Amino acid sequence: MESKTIALEHNHDIAIARNEVRAIAAALGFRVLDQTRLATVASELARNIVKYGRGGRLIAQPTEDPNGRQALRLIFEDKGPGIPNIEEAMRDGFSTGRGLGKGLPGSKRLVDEFKIESIIGQGTRVTVLRWKA
Amino acid sequence: MSAARIPILKVGRVLIVPIQVDMDDQTVIHLQERILSELERTGARGVLIDISLLEMVDSFIGRMLSDIAAMARIMDARTVVVGMQPAVAITLVELGLELKGVETVLNVDEGFRLLRSEFDHEDNEEEQAYWGLSAIGKQDNRS
Repeated sequence: MESKTIALEHNHDIAIARNEVRAIAAALGFRVLDQTRLATVASELARNIVKYGRGGRLIAQPTEDPNGRQALRLIFEDKGPGIPNIEEAMRDGFSTGRGLGKGLPGSKRLVDEFKIESIIGQGTRVTVLRWKA
Repeated sequence: MSAARIPILKVGRVLIVPIQVDMDDQTVIHLQERILSELERTGARGVLIDISLLEMVDSFIGRMLSDIAAMARIMDARTVVVGMQPAVAITLVELGLELKGVETVLNVDEGFRLLRSEFDHEDNEEEQAYWGLSAIGKQDNRS
């Protein structure tokens, strides 16, 4: 299955992103619980981008390891202000605005791999991956 | 994409809010305001929010549920959330959301029983007159 890019500019893009991610996860054969986890992560991180990252995009990228084990990778990119202190942002309860506090550490618990890169003044990229059970 | 209109029904002294569509943030905020104004307008004592068709509750929707419960309490009404799907419940816990102050039960019957226990004797008559749900506001589900 090919990668899909979803624009994250407006409020309603958040709902579009989570529904697209669920549909892709379902098409890949993820079980309902993992579809729900991935859709929830998409919703949390897409909201961060729309509300605090001044817009960006989500790339949903089906992938597999050399043994043919399938996974779904989600890449969230924005051109926002960047996160000055990632360690702090990853701590439960930290918040720079309503909503971001639960967003990052909570999202991390819903996936198998979680990577966050940020450059001040240039933007932030969060990459998550969940293996098919 | 136009905001979906979620119906608010009144049965006896309970407002029933069946959420049957995925809600964008604007719909969530709008729904919260409508529930509160209906509480004020009708003097209802309970709010029953059915989320059995919701496939996902993220931190935004979770906070909306907590806020509704807190605001309703100030207006002397109790809030019950019914029908959460197991996958949604598991994901909520992993996400670290507690749904503070929100009572959850498995189905609408249980929810009704819980709310009715608050004011049971007060309104048997009223309720009998109500069989036939009375819809408040337009129930326009077109999107």
